[in-house]
Amino acid sequence: MSTQPKREDLVAAPSRFPLREVLLFTALLLAVLGVYAAMGAAYSTRMLVEAACYAILALGLTIQWGYAGQFNAGVMGFVALGGFCAMLFSVPINEDFWGTELPSELGRVLLYAVAATLVVIGATRLDRLGIPKTLRTIIAVAVGLILYLVVISLLRDVTGEIESRAGFIGGFGLPAWVGWIVGGALAGGVGYFIGHICLGLRSDYLAIATLGIAEIIKAFLKNSDWLTRGTATVSPLPWPTPGPSELGFTLARALYLSVTAVVIAAIFFLLHRAYHAPWGRMIRAIRDNEVAAAAMGKDINRRRLEIFVLGCILMGLGGGMLTSFNSLFDPNGYLPLNHTFLVLVMVILGGPGNNLGTMFGAVAVYIIWIMSEPLALWLMQLIVAFGEGAFGWDAPGNMDSRALQARVLVIGVLITAVLRFAPKGLLPEKIRHHD
Amino acid sequence: MNEWVFFINNVVVAGSVSGSIYAIGAVGVTLIFSIMRFAHFAHADMMTFGAFMVLLLTTAFPTAGASIGIPTAIIMLPLAMVLTAALAVGIDKVFYKPLRAHGVKPIVMVIGSLGVTLILQGLIRLFAGTSGQSLYVDDRKEIFRLALPFDGVRVPVVITEPQLYLFVITLVAVVALHLFLNRSRLGKAMRAMSDNPELAQASGINTHLIVAVTWVIAGGLAAIAGTLLSLDVTFKPDLSFFLLLPIFAAAIVGGVGHPYGAIAGGFVVGFAESLAVFNWNILLRPFRDSFPAWLELPTNLAFVSTEYKIVVPFFILVAILIWRPTGLFKGKVI
Repeated sequence: MSTQPKREDLVAAPSRFPLREVLLFTALLLAVLGVYAAMGAAYSTRMLVEAACYAILALGLTIQWGYAGQFNAGVMGFVALGGFCAMLFSVPINEDFWGTELPSELGRVLLYAVAATLVVIGATRLDRLGIPKTLRTIIAVAVGLILYLVVISLLRDVTGEIESRAGFIGGFGLPAWVGWIVGGALAGGVGYFIGHICLGLRSDYLAIATLGIAEIIKAFLKNSDWLTRGTATVSPLPWPTPGPSELGFTLARALYLSVTAVVIAAIFFLLHRAYHAPWGRMIRAIRDNEVAAAAMGKDINRRRLEIFVLGCILMGLGGGMLTSFNSLFDPNGYLPLNHTFLVLVMVILGGPGNNLGTMFGAVAVYIIWIMSEPLALWLMQLIVAFGEGAFGWDAPGNMDSRALQARVLVIGVLITAVLRFAPKGLLPEKIRHHD
Repeated sequence: MNEWVFFINNVVVAGSVSGSIYAIGAVGVTLIFSIMRFAHFAHADMMTFGAFMVLLLTTAFPTAGASIGIPTAIIMLPLAMVLTAALAVGIDKVFYKPLRAHGVKPIVMVIGSLGVTLILQGLIRLFAGTSGQSLYVDDRKEIFRLALPFDGVRVPVVITEPQLYLFVITLVAVVALHLFLNRSRLGKAMRAMSDNPELAQASGINTHLIVAVTWVIAGGLAAIAGTLLSLDVTFKPDLSFFLLLPIFAAAIVGGVGHPYGAIAGGFVVGFAESLAVFNWNILLRPFRDSFPAWLELPTNLAFVSTEYKIVVPFFILVAILIWRPTGLFKGKVI
């Protein structure tokens, strides 16, 4: 081996001083300190907590997109599910609902729903009794439609009753972290459903389907007043740590920040181990050459489903933490721009597949995002003042809301620019080569 | 009979209206898919852009249509189609061509098109504001009430002027597309390229030209669909987000890369939506007296309420992906 000249790309890269990482993180630290100096401690700590929650979302997306090359265009839906579970589990118990016969009514309808599902599943198996397949399909569809109508009408009656008498069903009064975990599990379940259908097909279909499910989850949460109070919103949501009323804003938020930091550290450690484990190598092999990986006997669809569900779980968890921190559950507050595309920019700018880069991207992009609001307003005022002064232009009254819309444009430009000029992000994924 | 007229108004007319719009949109998506092999997410925003161009032109010359007796917006449509086609070609040059030159995976193109979506949306909202505006600036929206010549029918069939234009223009667009794809040299070259790009290139077809032509057609159709939708309701800058899912569902139902399938898929999705939100109790009402006593029908027998309309295209999408991923008409690209 020593006689042959060593090929550059085959030898292990010499462990160099991580100059780029140090520089970028120093710049980030300076930016955070700058925000602290300019905006005060309470505001800046809030920003850091939200950035930390976004970092969890970004880690979820980076394992889907960076590790496995799956594009999830519906992060918002999973975030909203996590937020919903955080709300449902942590909000105090509503005696107006639980003290009446309404819970048993609701439970009865849900039992009917389960029974109806079983009957329909049974109907789809009728061909085993010798009924022709076409007839079976017709019977199954007809039975399914009729039972669906029966159950949905019963459900409408009960939910209408709940809305008029008790407002909404209230929460379970449990600690917030129970909601986070259940939210992660629920998001993972929805991810399993979507992934099971789409992951064996073209990668575009996953993007379309996740985009759709996100809108459906939002529509459901927005219109199910009996479950979520809909547009009336639920607040305040209790924190797992002592709230601002006991400790003051800065200290309480710092405490929350430490909780999120612990969660991120745990996720980061586990992901790091998984990435360098045989499992991580297998995932990357599937991403880079599917045919070769399949030829080596890897179960491609199953591994893809695994990693997709894992990413969705992280998104649900992060969404729960974000919603708990905001102390407000507002289904209308989940926007594709804020909860899907912002996370996407964080991942592709920071470095897909590189956990450190993703976290850098999350905090850096979030700071830019938060700071762009006053900046956009200021710029717009400047333009209006200039236009009025120079051309006597009569500016429309809703310039402020239009200025905020301009941030949509900025995110779009960022996405396309990064894809074109820095497709691997600021901190690219490091691929280790071995002799 | 009144119930059936109600059915016609709420299902047949409404379903054909949204079906036509989805069909025109889905044809563009499916053409782009078959030539460039990626799902173009910015398509719905090209539709909004086309409608916005019509709005601008109509606001600039509000009385142009009155002299010939058709709405100004319809007169401005060809101009808006040209502008939108130019925009589509420009977007391709600036955003997609460099990515294609790098030989990226299709999914990266999808992300790029999402970036374009946001850029277009930001620009439109920046210039148009966020509220809805009617495309009928100076004209009046005619509403035709056709009374049916039967005894006891009190409810008329209602159809509006823009809906009539919608049906006519859809028909013209579909026939023109059919002639283009089957009769013209360029259309045949396009079909050849969608079947096998390498072979098409080897046999001397100018693939760059085909790509440009695809964008022109897709842009023109997008402008038609966006304008007709905005004429029927109102122009809103956030029109696109509600269109994306039905259009993709229509393209996949019809078989991706299959223009006629996309038309059929558009109508399937459109009618499925209007059937699902229709309250079936209305049709059963005449037979109420002959029902057994134990059967008490609830007043609302709709499958989904209108807030959940978006579930319908998603359900269709999921069903087709499970049972027939190639689509009803066996598309080429899976």
